[in-house]
Amino acid sequence: MLITCPYCGPRDVSEYTYQGDGNRTRPDPASTDQEVWNAYVYDRLNPAGEHHEIWQHSGGCRAHLAVTRNTLTHVVSSVSFARDAGHKKSDSRRKTGAKA
Amino acid sequence: MAEYSAFALLKNALTGNQDWKPAWRKPEPKPAYDVIIIGGGGHGLSTAYYLAKEFGITNVAVLEKGYLGSGNVGRNTTAVRSNYLLPENVRFYEHSMKLWENLSHELNYNVMFSQRGCLNLAHTPGQLDDYARRGNAMRHEGVDAELMTPAQIAKLVPGLDVSASARFPIIGGLMQRRAGTARHDAVAWGYARGADRRGVDILENCEVTGFIKDGDRVVGVNTTRGEIRAGKVAVAVAGHTGHVMRMAGIDTMPIESHVLQAFVSESLKPFLHTVLTFGMGHFYASQSDKGGLVYGGDLDGYNSYAQRGNLPIVEEVMSEMLALFPSLARVRVLRSWGGVCDMSMDGSPIITTGPLPGMYLNCGWCYGGFKATPASGWCFAHTIARDEPHEFNAPFTLDRFQRGTIIDDKGQGSTPRLH
Ligand SMILES: Cc1cc2nc3c(=O)[nH]c(=O)nc-3n(C[C@H](O)[C@H](O)[C@H](O)COP(=O)(O)OP(=O)(O)OC[C@H]3O[C@@H](n4cnc5c(N)ncnc54)[C@H](O)[C@@H]3O)c2cc1C
Ligand SMILES: [Zn+2]
Repeated sequence: MLITCPYCGPRDVSEYTYQGDGNRTRPDPASTDQEVWNAYVYDRLNPAGEHHEIWQHSGGCRAHLAVTRNTLTHVVSSVSFARDAGHKKSDSRRKTGAKA
Repeated sequence: MAEYSAFALLKNALTGNQDWKPAWRKPEPKPAYDVIIIGGGGHGLSTAYYLAKEFGITNVAVLEKGYLGSGNVGRNTTAVRSNYLLPENVRFYEHSMKLWENLSHELNYNVMFSQRGCLNLAHTPGQLDDYARRGNAMRHEGVDAELMTPAQIAKLVPGLDVSASARFPIIGGLMQRRAGTARHDAVAWGYARGADRRGVDILENCEVTGFIKDGDRVVGVNTTRGEIRAGKVAVAVAGHTGHVMRMAGIDTMPIESHVLQAFVSESLKPFLHTVLTFGMGHFYASQSDKGGLVYGGDLDGYNSYAQRGNLPIVEEVMSEMLALFPSLARVRVLRSWGGVCDMSMDGSPIITTGPLPGMYLNCGWCYGGFKATPASGWCFAHTIARDEPHEFNAPFTLDRFQRGTIIDDKGQGSTPRLH
């Protein structure tokens, strides 16, 4: 399995560390909503097909990557820097004044 | 009289082996059953068997999307043990061990259960302390466990590098002598035949494609062989849990599906007389009766439903094997394959009523569910028949994650690829 890092190019999967399901957004740290935290920590979509996930190029540039990969075929269809991808919601959830 | 016996063997040998009955029928689906079990793996089949045998519920169908035993029950490395740390796990797996000890007799089917022991090697004092603690926890629950010295280990496992100059010197180990291996296919076939003979319909090539609901209540399933209704619908699809539960409208589960690979070497003269695990990584091996080494290591480590893995794990598993047995460097690998494991968030299973009315759920077996096959079916049958769990599976609920009563034997947290 090869993942094409936007910075380093195509590299073997063994250079990367899997950080799991990229569909989750960390709840507001100040939140005490048990349902929301439980969903974040324990619940997974786990699809048989296209999966949004986070990998770190830990054996390379160390960038965190947002990867779309098919769990039935292992074909990687898109890779981008995690900082640019998704996470639109997290801004709105972040409390004003919280550190970026 | 038992269907399989020395007498039956002799009689059939004399009559040209023409009179054996198939081990299970190939019936057409009925429009409705009392209980439908989705998944013809070890757990689905043993559930059907115990439903019929222990609870007299025989109007049951097992729905299998492929052929019987095409899932993990036919893909595992067959280690059977009950050497857990937490009491919930020790009690459940020890119940399973006791069922294993009588299983060939119970099923009148030779599952080749061989109590050759399981030895976990320790390479650091901390690890040995940890094993001592686990062994004590086991003995506290009445389960056999003993610590072994390097000298005892060298005697038990010739060929193992026990020298001080080994890459990771072996300083001791934890042995469970009653642990061992079994023939995985025979377990599936034996339970299938036992269930079939009691009236259970085993429907192969029958994939569930949706659930029929009456309001919230599950009242049946759509399949590739038509619609089938049931009073109770039980799900036992192991690695496919997430996918199947989504069809029922449950989008997320505390489960990730990961691929685990396994390997078999060419046949060798008997030299490994126990199930052996390496403590400085993740590697386990046993030697089959045919002489092949059956071994494996870690998950590939990413979500997968592919039933095949990648090469980095192959290299890692081989190098771990050579760290233990340098003499195996030139032994050839015959076959390798992968299976999709239902990795739960705390590494422990789920056997419960619900989560929808009319539904029952059995999943979260990670890569250790083969040894659970008898107890899983036994407890799940109880749960389905009585609409409440047996005390052995009462801790294995789905809502334990919400309630904070997780059962995390390894203390790994909610990173399923590490369990
Ligand atoms: C490589 C490997 C090594 C392992 N080694 C060990 C070991 O040494 N010791 C141990 O204890 N455990 C081991 N395990 C784990 C063990 O094999 C599993 O936990 C256990 O077999 C799972 O239960 P099962 O037998 O019911 O699963 P399966 O046999 O996978 O049964 C599930 C069935 O559901 C069917 N199914 C799925 N979706 C549908 C649908 N929509 N409709 C109808 N049917 C469906 C599948 O086709 C499958 O046959 C290993 C697993 C693997 C992959
Ligand atoms: Zn990179």
